[in-house]
Amino acid sequence: MSKYILRRFLLTLPVLLIVSIITFSIMQLAPGDPAAIVLGGDYIMFATAEEIEDVREAMGINKPPIVQYFDWLGGFFVGNLGESLFTTESVSYLVSQKIEATVSTVFSGIFIALLLGLPMGVLAGWKMNTWVDRAVMIFAVLGFAIPGFWLAFNLIFLFSLKLGWFPVFGFRSFFTDGPVEFLRYIALPAITLGVAFMALIARMTRSSLVEVLSEDYIRTARSKGLAERIILTRHALRAASMPIVTVIGLVFAAAVTGTVITETVFAIPGMGRMFVKAVGDRDFPIIQGLMMIFATSYVFLNLAVDILYAFLDPRVRYS
Amino acid sequence: MTISRGYNPNEIRQAKGTAYRVWTQFSRMMKKNPNMIIGFIILLSFTLLTIFADFLVTHDPVSIYPEDRFMPPGSEHWFGADNVGRDVYARVIYGGRVSLLVGFMVSVFVTLSGLFIGLVSGYTPKIDIVVQRIMDALMSFPTLLLALALIAMLGGSVWNVIAVITIVDTPRMVRVVRSSVLTVKEQQYVEAARGIGAPISRILFVHIAPNTMAPVIVQATYFFALAILTEASLSFLGLGIPPEDPSWGNILSLGRKYLQQAFWIAFFPGLVLTINVLAMNLVGDGLRDALDPKLSRRA
Repeated sequence: MSKYILRRFLLTLPVLLIVSIITFSIMQLAPGDPAAIVLGGDYIMFATAEEIEDVREAMGINKPPIVQYFDWLGGFFVGNLGESLFTTESVSYLVSQKIEATVSTVFSGIFIALLLGLPMGVLAGWKMNTWVDRAVMIFAVLGFAIPGFWLAFNLIFLFSLKLGWFPVFGFRSFFTDGPVEFLRYIALPAITLGVAFMALIARMTRSSLVEVLSEDYIRTARSKGLAERIILTRHALRAASMPIVTVIGLVFAAAVTGTVITETVFAIPGMGRMFVKAVGDRDFPIIQGLMMIFATSYVFLNLAVDILYAFLDPRVRYS
Repeated sequence: MTISRGYNPNEIRQAKGTAYRVWTQFSRMMKKNPNMIIGFIILLSFTLLTIFADFLVTHDPVSIYPEDRFMPPGSEHWFGADNVGRDVYARVIYGGRVSLLVGFMVSVFVTLSGLFIGLVSGYTPKIDIVVQRIMDALMSFPTLLLALALIAMLGGSVWNVIAVITIVDTPRMVRVVRSSVLTVKEQQYVEAARGIGAPISRILFVHIAPNTMAPVIVQATYFFALAILTEASLSFLGLGIPPEDPSWGNILSLGRKYLQQAFWIAFFPGLVLTINVLAMNLVGDGLRDALDPKLSRRA
C-alpha cells in the first residue's frame, strides 16, 4: 500500500511542474505591461522612461522570464504569491480573506447534493423501472441541463423577491454572525451550486446500484431469504459505493467552477468572485496565485481519491 | 470471432437502397429511444429558427425603441423589451446564432484535436508519458478558471471564445480517445496491418480511428452542450462575447441588473438555453445507448 501511495505521489510532481509552467506562461504572454497597470493605465503616457524602469525594477519584471519563473515558483513554496498590482497587499493575505466564504459555499452545496442525491439514487436503483425511478431520472436530466445562473435568478425571483424568505444576495459568517444568519444567506447559493451535483450523484448512485443488484451474490442473498433491506444495506450499497467515491472527487473539482458563477450572482465575497474581478482588472499576481491554489488542491484531492480507491478496492494497487 | 461468412451482409442491405436503410434505422431508433428523437427535433427546429432569423423576428435585435423600455411580454414584444427598449425575442434568436456557432465549432475542433492527440499518444508509449502529464496538468485547472485566464490573455471575441473553450475541453476528449486506442491497438487486425508493413499513419487513421468513433461521437454531443454553457458563463461574467453582439450569456448578464423590474430579460434567454442543453443531452444519451452499449449500462 505504501509503495502504491509513493508511486502515485511521485506521478503528481511532473503534473504540478507543468501546471506552474502553464500558469506562468499565460500571464507572460498576456499583452500589456504590468508596470503600466501599476502606474495607472493612461498615466503611463506621462511617466518618464526612468520612472517606468524603476517600477519594473521594483517588480522584478526586467529580469529574463526564466529567472522570474524561478523567483515566482520559489515564492509559492514559502507562501509568497506576490502582491496585487492595485492594492499592493500580498496575494496570500487577500486570498486568506476570501477562503471562508468559498469553503462555506462549496461545502454547503455539496452537503445538499449528497443529502438529497444519495437517497434519490438509492431509491431509484432499488425501485428500478417504477415511477420513483422515472421521476428521479427526469430530475437528474433536468438538473444537469439547467445553467447555475439561470437557476439562481429563478430562485432569487421566487424566494427572495416574491416570497421574501431569503435575502437577495450577500454572505454572513458562521463564526461572527451565528448559524441562523449564516443559513439564511447560504441557502439559495447552496441550492444553486448543489442541484447539478445532486443530479450527477443520483444518476451515478442509481446506475452503480443497478449493476451491483444484478450480481450473482445478490441473487444468492435473495434466494436464501434475506430481507430486502438487509440485502440493500449490507451487500449492495457497500459494493456500489466505489464509483460514488470517484464521483464525489470529481464533484469537488467541478464545484470550484460552479462557485465562480454562484459567488458572482449572489455577491458572495469569495475566491471565485475575486478571480473574476482580477481577470477584469488584469491583476496578474492574483490570477496566477489563485490558479496555482486551485490546481494544486485539485491534484492533491485526486491523489486522496485514488488512495481511498486503492484502500477500498485492493485490486487497484496491483494494476 | 468468425470473420468469413461466405457473403457480405452489407451488400444485401445496400441492395434495398440507401433511403430505405436510413429510414429503417431511423424508425428503429425512434421506437427504442423516443427521447433522443425529441431532443433531435428540438435542436433541428431551433437551428432552422436561427438560420432563418431574418424572416422570423418582428424587430431588429439592435434597434432601440425608447418608448418600449421594460415593456412586459405581449403582442408587441413576445419576450418583452429590455432596459433601452430592444426586443428580447429578436435578441434571443440572434443570440442563438452565436451560441450554436460556438457549440458547433468547439465540438468539431475538440473532436479533431482530441482524435489526433489521443491516437498518437495512445499508440506510442514514449509520447504518451509526456502528453498525458500535460493533459493532466491542463485538467487540473477548474474549466471556467482556465477559460477566464486564457480570455484575459487573448481578449473576448467569438473566435477567441471558441479557441479558449477548445483548449479547455480537448484534454477530456484526448482521454476518451486514448482509452479506446489502448484496447483497439491490441486487436489482431492492427497487428496484421503492422505485419504487412503498413505505415503508422495508415494504422492510426485507417485501422484504429474508425474503431474509436462510437465514444467520440457521443462525447462530441456532450461537448456541444458543455461549450454552450461555458460560453454563456463567460459572457455572463462579462468576459466572453462583447456586449454589442447578442448572445444568451450577454442578455442574461444584462437581465440580472433588472431582475426586480423586468424578470423577462433574464428569464427567456435562460429558458431557451436550458431547453437546448437539455435537447443536446437527450441526443447524447440516445447516441450513447445506440452506439456504445457498454457505456450505457454504467451511466
